[in-house]
Amino acid sequence: MLVIACVKQVPDTTQVKIDPETGTLIREGVPFIANPFDTHALEESLRLKDKYGFRAAVISMGPPNTVVTLRKALALGADQAVLLSDRVFSGADTLATSFVLAEAIKRLAQEEEVAMVICGKQTIDGDTAQVGPGIATRLKYSQLTLVDQIQNVDLTAKKVKVRRKLEGRHEIVEAPLPAMIAVVREINRPRYPTVPMRLKSEITDVLIWDNKVMKLPEELVGLKGSPTWVRKIFSPQRTKGQILGDGVNKPKEAAHLLIDTLIQKDILAL
Amino acid sequence: MNPVSDLGALGFVLFWGLTALAAGVFLFRGYQLFRLVSLGRRSEKFGQVIKRALTALGHVIIQKCQFKNITREDRGGVGHLFIVWGFLFFVTYYFFFIVIASGFGIPDVMEHNKIYGYYTWVMDFVAPFIVIGTVWGIIRRYIVKPARLKGQQTAEALIILITVLIHPITHVGKIATQIAAGHPPAGLGILTPPLSTAVSHLYTNAATIAKWHSFWFWSHWVFVLIVLGMIAYTRYLHMIAGALNDLLRRTPPKGTPERIDLNDPSSFGVDRVDNFAWKQLLDSVACVVCGYCQEICPATFTGKKLNPRLVIRDIKTNMLKNGPFITKKQAPVLPLIGENQEGSVPMEAIWACTTCGGCMEVCPVYIEHVWEIIDMRRHLVQMQAKFPDELLNLFENTEQRSNPWGIAPADRAKWASGIETKPFEAGKTEYLFYVGCAGAFDARNRHISLAIARILDAGGISWGILGKDELCCGDSLRRLGNEYVFDRIAKDNIKMFQDRGVKKIITECPHCYHTLKNDYHQYGTDWEVIHHAEFIRGLIKEKRLKLNGNGDLGKVLFHDSCYLGRHNGIYDAPREVLARTTSHTPAEMKRRLNRSFCCGAGGGHMWMEESIGKRINHERVEEALKEDPRTICVCCPYCMTMFEDGIKDLKASEKVQVLDLAEIVARALQ
Repeated sequence: MLVIACVKQVPDTTQVKIDPETGTLIREGVPFIANPFDTHALEESLRLKDKYGFRAAVISMGPPNTVVTLRKALALGADQAVLLSDRVFSGADTLATSFVLAEAIKRLAQEEEVAMVICGKQTIDGDTAQVGPGIATRLKYSQLTLVDQIQNVDLTAKKVKVRRKLEGRHEIVEAPLPAMIAVVREINRPRYPTVPMRLKSEITDVLIWDNKVMKLPEELVGLKGSPTWVRKIFSPQRTKGQILGDGVNKPKEAAHLLIDTLIQKDILAL
Repeated sequence: MNPVSDLGALGFVLFWGLTALAAGVFLFRGYQLFRLVSLGRRSEKFGQVIKRALTALGHVIIQKCQFKNITREDRGGVGHLFIVWGFLFFVTYYFFFIVIASGFGIPDVMEHNKIYGYYTWVMDFVAPFIVIGTVWGIIRRYIVKPARLKGQQTAEALIILITVLIHPITHVGKIATQIAAGHPPAGLGILTPPLSTAVSHLYTNAATIAKWHSFWFWSHWVFVLIVLGMIAYTRYLHMIAGALNDLLRRTPPKGTPERIDLNDPSSFGVDRVDNFAWKQLLDSVACVVCGYCQEICPATFTGKKLNPRLVIRDIKTNMLKNGPFITKKQAPVLPLIGENQEGSVPMEAIWACTTCGGCMEVCPVYIEHVWEIIDMRRHLVQMQAKFPDELLNLFENTEQRSNPWGIAPADRAKWASGIETKPFEAGKTEYLFYVGCAGAFDARNRHISLAIARILDAGGISWGILGKDELCCGDSLRRLGNEYVFDRIAKDNIKMFQDRGVKKIITECPHCYHTLKNDYHQYGTDWEVIHHAEFIRGLIKEKRLKLNGNGDLGKVLFHDSCYLGRHNGIYDAPREVLARTTSHTPAEMKRRLNRSFCCGAGGGHMWMEESIGKRINHERVEEALKEDPRTICVCCPYCMTMFEDGIKDLKASEKVQVLDLAEIVARALQ
C-alpha cells in the first residue's frame, strides 16, 4: 500500500520582494523552500508509514531544481520521489496542476494500491487551497480537508477516520479509502533528518517524469491548460499611521481619543 | 641489618615473591584497563612526545594540579602537596634503599655512605608532612565534609588515606629500631636523623630490638606492596592515569571538539562507549573524584541534572561493564545514554551543558568533559534526530537562512543603513569586520556593531564588511552536536573568505571569534582573527584613539565571557581597555578570570529553554549586583542578552546598565 505526499517547492516568501515597476516577483537570489504546509503533509505520510507500514512516496511538479526539495523528503524518510518536470507543464494554474498530479498518481497506482494522498492545505505562494481537492475530484477519492488529526486507518474495512479543524469547532469524519487528505499545520511537528539518511538521499535517484513519460495532451497541461491568467501582482499600499494624543503624559485622554477615532472610522462599534 | 637476609633464603623468596605478586596484580589490572581503553577509536595524532613527557613530569613535581585549585575558600590542595612531595622522596627511598639494598642483600654497600645519612634526614623531615597531609585529608573528608566532597565519604577513600598514613609511621619505626640496635645511618657520625633518633629511645629492651626492626621493615614493605596492588583497582590510579592524561592531552584550543569524518558512519557521534576516542576513555580512568568540576559547573550549581563528574564516572562504569562484552564482539548490556542508573548518562544532563569549559579549566588531570558531552549530542542529533524541541527552528533557520532567527539574509546589512560602510575588498580594505548574527540582527546588539564601526573609523582603520553575503559562523550548531550542518557552513565561509582574499578578521562576538579562529583552523585556515577587545587595546596602545577619559558610567563591573577568557585566555585586554577608558580599574566579581561563571547562553543555550532549577543568568546577575555596580561591562552579545534579561527579571534595570566594551569606548571618543 502506498501513501503519497504532494509537495511544492516555493520561493521563500519572507524573502520575496515585488518589483514596484513591473509588478512581478523579484525571484533573483531568493532561495526555494518546501511549501511549509507540505512539510506537514510529508511528515504525516511518514508517520503513517511508521505506524501502518505503508510505502511513502513523494511527488512534485516543478522546474528541475525541485530535485533539491525532493531529496530533502528522501532524507526525512520517503521511499520514493517523483518529479513531474517538463517545459509544457510550466505556467500551470490549479486546474492544470491537479490534472498532472492526478495522472501521476494514477501511474503510481498501477504499480501499487494507493491508500491515501496527503497534501498541505495550501501553498504560501498561490494560497488557493485548490490543488488537493482538485486531485481528489479527478481521482474520485474521498476528500478530507482541513485535517488536524488522522485518528485511525482501518485497512480491513478500508476506512480512515480524521478530525477536521473548523472555525470554533472540530469535526470527526470517517471516509472510505483511498482518500485525499489536506492537512493544516497543527497536525504534527516535522522531523529532522539524520545524517545517514541525508547521505543516503544524496545517492538515491529521483524519478523524473516528463511529458514523454506522461503522454498528456498539451492543451490540458501548463499554460495552455490553465484558464486562470495572472493580470497583476502588487503589494497593497500601506499608509503610514499617525500618532494621536500624548500617551506618555496623558494616557487617559489618549485612550479616549483612540476610541473616538476607531468609532469614527467604523472599526469599533458601541 | 637486613631483615631479608636475616631469614636466609626464605627471606629473599618472601621478599621477591611478595613483590612479584603485587607487581603482578598491578600489571594484570593495568593491562585490563589498557585493553578497555584501547577499545576506543583512534583520535587525532599528537607529536612532541619528549616535550609532552617533560611537561607532564614537571606538572606532577610542581603539583600544578593542586596549585591551580588552591583558593582562599578551598585549601584542600595543600594537604595533597604535603603527601605528594613527601612521597616523591619515599618512592626514591624504596627503590634504592629497600629494593636494591635489602632485596639484593647489599645494605652495607647502599647504606654506608654520607648520601644515605643525608637522605634519612630528609625522610625524617618529610614523614611528618605526609602524616599532617593525610590526617588533614581524613578530617576534611569525614568531619568537615565540604560541598565539593559531598557524598564522597566512601570506604575506598578512607582505606587510601590510611594506607598512605602507614608509610611514614612504619618508616620511622624501621629507622628508629635500626638506631636503637646500634646501626645508625652511617657516614654522619653521631648526626643521626632527629625524629627517628627520638623515637629510638622507646626501644630500650636490647633483646627485642632486632625483632621490632624486622617487624617494622616487613610491615612497611608489605604496605608498600599492598598499595602497589591497589593502585590500578582504586583511585590511587590517578597517580599514573592522571599523569598519562596530562601527557596525552589534546593540544589547545580547548572547547573545540574533534572534527569528524563524515564518510564514516561510526563517527557521527557516540552512543556506545567504544565509539569514544581512546583518549576520552583514558579521561574516565584518570578521574580522581575531586569534585572541582561539579563545584564550578554552572549547570550543577543551578540545579540542573548535569554534573560533569558524574558524566565521567558514568563513562567509566559503562566501560567497565560493557568492555568485556565488546571485547568479545558482543552487544553492550548497559546503554551509554539513558536514565537513572550509574553507567548511563541522562539525556537531560547531555543537553544542560553550556560548554563554558569551567570543568576542563579546573580538572587537575586534564579531563575534557565538554568534548565528551558534545560527542553524545552529535549522536542524538545526527543519528537519532532527538533533541529539545526548541532547537528544530534553530537548526532549520541556520541551515536555510544562515542565522538563528530565520530572518531574511537580505536584512543582514541593515544595522549599517545609517552609517557609511565599505564592502570588504582585498587590496582596498585591510580588515574584515565579521559582524555575526547577533550583531547584525539583534536590536540591542546592533548598537555594539555601530560602536565598533565608530571606533574603527576613529582609529583610521581600513575595514569592510561582507554585507548580506555574510553567513553564520555555526558555533551554536557545532556545540549542539549538529556537525554535519556546521561542516557545510564552515566550508562555505572558508571558501568565501578565501575567494575574497580575507586575511585579517575582527569579530564582535567571542563565539564567532573562537569558531573562525580555532574551529576553522581544523580546516587548515591560518588567517588572523581578533576580537574587538584585543583590537581596541591595540588601537589605544598605538595612541590611535583620542579618549576623553570619563563618561557617566559610575562603578564599572567586568564580566568574563567564557569564549574570550577560558577558551582563549583573553583576560587582560578588556580590563586594560576599561582602565584606560574610564581611568579606573574595573570592579570584579567573586567568580572571575578563569573561574568566571557562565552567563548561561553558551553551547547553544541561547536558543534553549531553561526550566529546571535556577536560571543561570539570574545567578550571575545576583552575583554582579552584590558588587553594587552602575555599569556591567560585557564583551559578548550573548552575555549582553543574558545580563539584560536577568536584570529585567530581577527588577534592577533602574540602577544598573549593561554595556559592551565597544560602547564604553565609543562613548569616550572625543
